[in-house]
Amino acid sequence: MKTMSTLRAALAALLFALASVTASAADAPTVAADPVLEAKVLKIAAELRCLVCQNQTIADSHADLAVDLRNQVREMLKRGESEEKILEYMTARYGDFVLYRPPVKSTTALLWYGPAALLVVGLAVFVLVLRRRTKMNADRFEADPEEA
Amino acid sequence: MSKYLRFLIPLAIFIALVAFLAAGLKLDPREVPSPLIGKPAPDFALTRLDQPALTIRRADLLGQVWMLNVWASWCTACREEHPVLLDFARRRLVPVYGLNYKDQRAAGLRWLANSGDPYESSLFDPDGRVGIDWGVYGVPETFVIDEQGTVRYKHIGPLTDEAIRTKLEPLLKELGT
Repeated sequence: MKTMSTLRAALAALLFALASVTASAADAPTVAADPVLEAKVLKIAAELRCLVCQNQTIADSHADLAVDLRNQVREMLKRGESEEKILEYMTARYGDFVLYRPPVKSTTALLWYGPAALLVVGLAVFVLVLRRRTKMNADRFEADPEEA
Repeated sequence: MSKYLRFLIPLAIFIALVAFLAAGLKLDPREVPSPLIGKPAPDFALTRLDQPALTIRRADLLGQVWMLNVWASWCTACREEHPVLLDFARRRLVPVYGLNYKDQRAAGLRWLANSGDPYESSLFDPDGRVGIDWGVYGVPETFVIDEQGTVRYKHIGPLTDEAIRTKLEPLLKELGT
């Protein structure tokens, strides 16, 4: 009986969540008449970080500033400006931080190549340890447990 | 020797890790360095909040050191900042202009009437266009602009007495005000 009631509560919560999702989707007034343009806007917006909610792109975010910046992107596209031009416009105002994929340069080298370097170091240590172990005598190791 | 190394190497790695984490704790990800520092202040032509017929342009403010404080009546952190800003403006070190960001004229004027007006005058930026040009992403923000119209400093978030003492005052002295 108890499981039934929790199940029912969970179902109600799910329905409520779905309802609020569709409600907020209806709120968004951003869908323009031109789907091609809108796809382009979204593509560029997905490259830009929302500065208010920093782990979202301005394509995902509902923050006021994100909406403004999407509108800015849309207007610039309508004026026929290129994607590079728009990204340049954004970095001139908000810095490299606004780019979800930071450019490769001397200050970001560690960010880009650090993980690969760590992987190489880790593999090297792994190989060294294995090699040392193959040279060790068998009596240095515990015997395998016998199968019962 | 190698006996000591066995302990020293992990210890050294541990200390290095702690140092990195400690440095990371002090960084505030909300404070995005402005690319505008050292660059000419973005151009603008906005009406005065209190006098819609009067327009203030960037060029009008050249030849003096001035401060731009971005605020809005809907901004709660601005309430926190307001007494500090009023105090600072009273000292008349430098003219403080307001940028009334994404606000309504009536609401902005009411807010100034109720809590005091620290500004030389406020510029009205209802759609946040000028805000975008200045790289504003959270209110309040404060900029210092020098005589040549170059942005010298940006403070993100509410101004505090400490920030004024340690950052603004030395800079203003350097700029000769």
